[in-house]
Amino acid sequence: MAPLLALRDVHARYGQVRALHGVTLEVDEGQIVALLGANGAGKTTTLRAVSGMVRREGEVTYDGKALTREGPEHVARLGIAHVPEGRGTFSELTVWENLRLGAITRRGSIDGDLKRVLTFFPWLEKRKSQQAGTLSGGEQQMLAIARAMMQRPRMLLIDEPSLGLAPLVVSEIFRILHDLNEHEGTTVLLVEQNARNSLAISNHAYVLETGRVAYSGTSDELAQHEAIRRSYLGY
Amino acid sequence: MPVNLRPWIVPALLAGVVIFLLVGSIESALFAQQTVSGLANGGIYASLGLALVLIYRATQVINFAQGAIATFTTYVAWQFMQWGLGYWGAFVVTLFVAFAGGIAIQLVAIRPVERRGNVLTVVIASIGVLIAVEGAVGWIWGPEIRFMPSAFPVRTYHVGGVAFSLQDLGTIGVSIASVVVLWALFQFTKLGLAMRAAALRPNAARLVGVRVSWMLSLGWGLAAVLGAIAGMMAAASPSVLLQPNMMDGVLIYAFAAAVLGGLESPAGAVIGGLAIGAMLNLLSSYVSWVTPQLLLPAAFVVMLIVLLVKPSGLFGRTRVKRV
Repeated sequence: MAPLLALRDVHARYGQVRALHGVTLEVDEGQIVALLGANGAGKTTTLRAVSGMVRREGEVTYDGKALTREGPEHVARLGIAHVPEGRGTFSELTVWENLRLGAITRRGSIDGDLKRVLTFFPWLEKRKSQQAGTLSGGEQQMLAIARAMMQRPRMLLIDEPSLGLAPLVVSEIFRILHDLNEHEGTTVLLVEQNARNSLAISNHAYVLETGRVAYSGTSDELAQHEAIRRSYLGY
Repeated sequence: MPVNLRPWIVPALLAGVVIFLLVGSIESALFAQQTVSGLANGGIYASLGLALVLIYRATQVINFAQGAIATFTTYVAWQFMQWGLGYWGAFVVTLFVAFAGGIAIQLVAIRPVERRGNVLTVVIASIGVLIAVEGAVGWIWGPEIRFMPSAFPVRTYHVGGVAFSLQDLGTIGVSIASVVVLWALFQFTKLGLAMRAAALRPNAARLVGVRVSWMLSLGWGLAAVLGAIAGMMAAASPSVLLQPNMMDGVLIYAFAAAVLGGLESPAGAVIGGLAIGAMLNLLSSYVSWVTPQLLLPAAFVVMLIVLLVKPSGLFGRTRVKRV
């Protein structure tokens, strides 16, 4: 079966600074794939290259079709939800408005989607007229995932959901991503520094170093891998 | 425990102004009349100020061409009336022309330079538009002063010994109605939500599928509509004549209104406009040496004081960037 998302020899740069030097990776439908690596390795840029937020060369195919020069607003309409670095929360707007924005490209009623999202995050109901910026970091991360779910994505790109959150909240977030994948069949490309949790919930993983894929394999294999254990898992 | 008074300063100030205007109006008929005609001017400043805020919020740029565009559309309304359309017919057609014109200007003159990403370049482009549009007005309609009819008959209403002109009341009504319609658009429609998202966080908005550049064009269209309303109301008022530079002064008052309100705040621009309109009118009728020539400088003084004392205005937020 052809992968849902495939990058072949993707290069990207910010002005003169090259961030990706030929990244090749595949994400099969229904899987969680983790993209690991240190700061500056090119993880965020890889997601941006898929969404068309950065100028790129090389080949990106989604659902068998090549993505060419489309901008992020087009990619979003293809069923790819991207929760960016910094979560992309509209902090000046209410929780409810943030959720509505997730479904902004669709016509018709969104009540069904809202109900679906509330089964994952029942607490959102009570907070819906609160300004999103006043939520805690963990709540904002969950709101970002909820907003992405309102897009009814076939694929979720999510950038460092654990950043700056307490360990308990981090496990909660990873549990939600796992449930989302299992119950809704959403394919997930997860960018993380938290290798341990990411390898625990993912099927496959890629490790980026200085803009290239340094290691790849099933998550179990990588968790056993000597060098990865030492550099990324710390034991 | 020290009580934090800061959040109460602005509401207290506004309540003070409202009480002052109310008590004054109850005490003196002249005061009441001057307050209402000041508020009518203020409604015009509020509409144009709101147009400035709409564009500023989305692009962080003051649109210097806003006044010229308003003048142009007012001439369009005048022209339609010359061709035999009734006032409200011409009014509505002009709003459509303004909407399309605002979008066209954004597409032709602003978007190409905006893409290069520098605020100063966009400001210069907007000054270019100002010169071009003002030139076009002179070229098409000539420098003569035209007579712009008013939507409202010359009549006064008497309430308890106070004579209110229908013109003033109508201007206030139209300004308030346009502000309310705009507010409802932003608050209750999907399009409004998308426009707000695009202005607040363009990159995040793109990621949920909002066509941000199209939202910016629509913003210019709406701003031009507000400007057209302000222009048509202004040209019908006794203090402004329909001529190619008629909105130059009004634009300064609108700047002052927007700055007073906080530049980022639509409600602030409206309240700022009404406050400046009422205050300046009272100032000129009660302080003998304040002649009309001093009102424009007075608006500048208001702007300067706000920028020095509280640059974020009455309702603006100080931007805090979280890393």
